[in-house]
Amino acid sequence: MAAERTERLINLVICLLHTRSFITAERLRETIPGYDGATSDEAFKRMFERDKEDLRDLGIPLETGTTSYSDDDIGYRIARQDYALPALALEPDEAAAVGLAARMWSSAALGAPATRALRKLEAAGVEVTALPEGLQPRVGTGGTDLPAVAAAVREGRRVTFGYRGATDSESAERHVEPWGVVWWHGRWYLAGHDLDRDAPRVFRLSRIVGEPVAVGEAGAVTVPPEVDLTALVSASDASGGEAMARIRVRHDRAIGLRRQTVDVSDDGDGWDIVTVPCPDPHRLAEQVLAYGTDAVLLSPPEAREAVVQRLQSLVAGRP
Amino acid sequence: MSGATDHLPRLLALVPWLLAHPGTPVADVAREFEVTEDQLRADLNLLWMCGLPGYGPGDLIDIEWHGDRVTLSNADEIGRPLRLTPEEALALIAALRVLSGQPGIVDGGAIERALAKLEAAAGNAAAAERVVAAPTPGADPQIVTTATDALARGRRLHLRYWVPARDESTERDVDPLRVFSNDGVVYLKGWCYRVDDIRTFRLDRVLEASVLDTPVDVPESARQLAHDSELFTPAPDDRLVTFSLDPAARWIADYYLVEDVAERGDGGLTVTLRAHDDAWVRRLALGLAGVGRVTDPPELAAEVSAAAAAALAAYDA
Repeated sequence: MAAERTERLINLVICLLHTRSFITAERLRETIPGYDGATSDEAFKRMFERDKEDLRDLGIPLETGTTSYSDDDIGYRIARQDYALPALALEPDEAAAVGLAARMWSSAALGAPATRALRKLEAAGVEVTALPEGLQPRVGTGGTDLPAVAAAVREGRRVTFGYRGATDSESAERHVEPWGVVWWHGRWYLAGHDLDRDAPRVFRLSRIVGEPVAVGEAGAVTVPPEVDLTALVSASDASGGEAMARIRVRHDRAIGLRRQTVDVSDDGDGWDIVTVPCPDPHRLAEQVLAYGTDAVLLSPPEAREAVVQRLQSLVAGRP
Repeated sequence: MSGATDHLPRLLALVPWLLAHPGTPVADVAREFEVTEDQLRADLNLLWMCGLPGYGPGDLIDIEWHGDRVTLSNADEIGRPLRLTPEEALALIAALRVLSGQPGIVDGGAIERALAKLEAAAGNAAAAERVVAAPTPGADPQIVTTATDALARGRRLHLRYWVPARDESTERDVDPLRVFSNDGVVYLKGWCYRVDDIRTFRLDRVLEASVLDTPVDVPESARQLAHDSELFTPAPDDRLVTFSLDPAARWIADYYLVEDVAERGDGGLTVTLRAHDDAWVRRLALGLAGVGRVTDPPELAAEVSAAAAAALAAYDA
């Protein structure tokens, strides 16, 4: 049954690509093998509607217009120039990059479309060259329906989803006008206008609970022209700034901190004083804490105070 | 969705692919399209029934066999691949963007040129400017390039590598077997001559790397192991450590491979994870001071507490 239907659809596509003038549904019913199985006008109409929908779902540009015989007769054809993938000449190094990218997805949600896309490129004459065996960059989809979120962005539709922030124990429903999807420091984020808070907000896709659902009309979302998606995410991630911190570090220890240093001076007795950028005092405190007795945070006072308080609470058996 | 929604796009891709690759063995075509040979033969039989209205011999798609090799012709109307769907365009463009955000794996210029051509070909389907990837801080692109270069040329690497658990830098020679990334972190997996075993190195912890003239020399069994084993393989003798975490430290459950997670009831969590290295757990626990603590095993909790007291002494507080 499925094979017969595929055969009918292929014949339909070939016929509609071949024709220059619009062909009526009635004429297609007479022409295409497979429609003769329709036992009534009603049955044919249902078949034909479903077929049109399937073609449009695949991105086949089905056009409607009036036939040359009569202004009242609606007919169909496929716009040839919009059907085919435009010619694509990739240099060997470009094709290699595309081949590698197509294999990056660790989830089938985008891995399968990537493979299909690659086949189309190969069918268009692109030769995907071999890469060194063992070179395998991977990327996930953030544990949620990334294609659905990206589709809402593309179509300008609002989305609704359950969301549990980093410090929330319960998820809450959020309503968002999506502006864009950003990969930031190894994770996917949605940036947009949060309708409940009436302000721009950033959502980590891995914290979405359940399926994101697009609601309302396509084109309902207007993205502010000046919006910088990456800046929105980076602003949500850290407070930023040019502040510096000074840390007393034992010789040859705290290598992780040393790798960020802008200045090192010898403090005697086997100790150095290192200066590192400090965009976020609390994050720095956490980093210094991990080095135990090998690192002493000197400034800024806010970060030093955070270290002291947190050590005190650990010693006292809290939390 | 109906079966036709999978079947039809495959056949519409198969026709131009076969036109571009005449005389390909049927087994190779089946592998390329990830179907069985039987399914592929059924697909070809179906296509052979399709063509232009009239459906006479000159109208139908022609399929010729030479032994196992197949050649398709007379399919001009559907001879070009259908343009990319939005999802297909997203899958390639977003992955290329992510790849360009991890400099050093592939030449950045090639990625930018490929992106420009794909975006032009995808047209409106892409809305590509709305899916962006920021450069990921981490490994020095020069070090990533050195590692991929050694992998491609089959040469031994010399590394100066920082081991955070012990906070020391180590010198080692490594035969590279894989360079891979996971959520933005780039790793090198290879045979490490310091331990005579397979090791995985985070390239953002490599302080210096150089390619040696020595060709790699790894037993095939080890090579296989490098491909089979997971990123992190918990060993059975790893010790189980339980943390009680305030809401501010819930990220631990996202960030580490945890054995068990339970809600504490007040927004906090109780998590259990496997630890290969006590030094690593002590560091983690000290870093969580004030927002989380080790509850089990008790002797480890006591050790962490003593380490905190010692650190606190330096602050005269």
